[in-house]
Amino acid sequence: MHVFICDFLLDIVQNSFEVGAEHVTLVLDEHDQMLDCTVEDDGRGMSETLQKRVLDPFYTDGVKHKKRKVGLGLPFLYQAVSETGGKFNLSSQEGKGTTVRFSFDLDNMDTPPMGDIPGTLMLLFSHPQAKEFTVVRKLTTKKGHGEYEVSKSQLQDVLGNLTESGSLVLLKEFLASNENEIQQYAVDHPLELGMMQEETQK
Amino acid sequence: MTLEELRTLREKKQQAMEKRDTNGKDIQVIVGMGTCGIAAGAKQVLDEFLAELDSKHIANVSVTQTGCMGLCYVEPTVEVVAPNMPDVIYGRVDKATVAKIVDQHIIGKQLVTDHIYDRPAADIMKK
Repeated sequence: MHVFICDFLLDIVQNSFEVGAEHVTLVLDEHDQMLDCTVEDDGRGMSETLQKRVLDPFYTDGVKHKKRKVGLGLPFLYQAVSETGGKFNLSSQEGKGTTVRFSFDLDNMDTPPMGDIPGTLMLLFSHPQAKEFTVVRKLTTKKGHGEYEVSKSQLQDVLGNLTESGSLVLLKEFLASNENEIQQYAVDHPLELGMMQEETQK
Repeated sequence: MTLEELRTLREKKQQAMEKRDTNGKDIQVIVGMGTCGIAAGAKQVLDEFLAELDSKHIANVSVTQTGCMGLCYVEPTVEVVAPNMPDVIYGRVDKATVAKIVDQHIIGKQLVTDHIYDRPAADIMKK
């Protein structure tokens, strides 16, 4: 299983890159205790039958790995979200693209920790199959609101191709500075709060 | 940091790089970043490669990602492609192994023999 929320993001966004989407958008909207994530692509899309089957951990399309029963990205995410009071929604149109929306309840004590957002975004921006990729990150709490938006084409314009180790170090530095700036509005999500809520539900 | 500040920072770094002898040219490090790799810590391994290369002032190694190489049981896996050396896949790569691969393989041109898992699984290789 994945340790961090960021591991899920990495896994799910890669799906969009791998089906040859021209443009993938990742929205990370954190407000109050919820993290709403949207991964939208203009890739191949899925038929209705396929949409029902992708959440089955024993289903795979057999294209990437013949004779193997793998394809655990979405089932892992679905499991993590549904066990921690989050939301999951998959909508797709064959030939047009897929949108995966999911939310994590950051105050639920079983929700995985966030993980390293700048490092994860760096990996996604530098993914060899990513054509155009846009990230919109928002953080809204009672302390205030911060957000940033950046796309792969803008970064390539500044850093050249995003494969050389030197460029990746700079890319991570850039993303970390953006993330640090909005973290001034972050609030703690103490585990105790999640435990108290569970107690009252009983 | 704005994109313009990033551009300035890059230009500064590039000037510094050009003055040094760099030995990462034409070397590729490919990290297996499938579901299995991610679960085993492939992201931390890639971060460690970047940090280690940066600390050795090597900026021109290509560091990329690929999917599952079929060696899920020895994740995290890393393929290293270097001129005049055999292509190798290293398995069970942790922080200490990353340091070894950078020092021994990338700089020293010697294989790190205790972590070699050879080639991808047979059904994944293109015939």
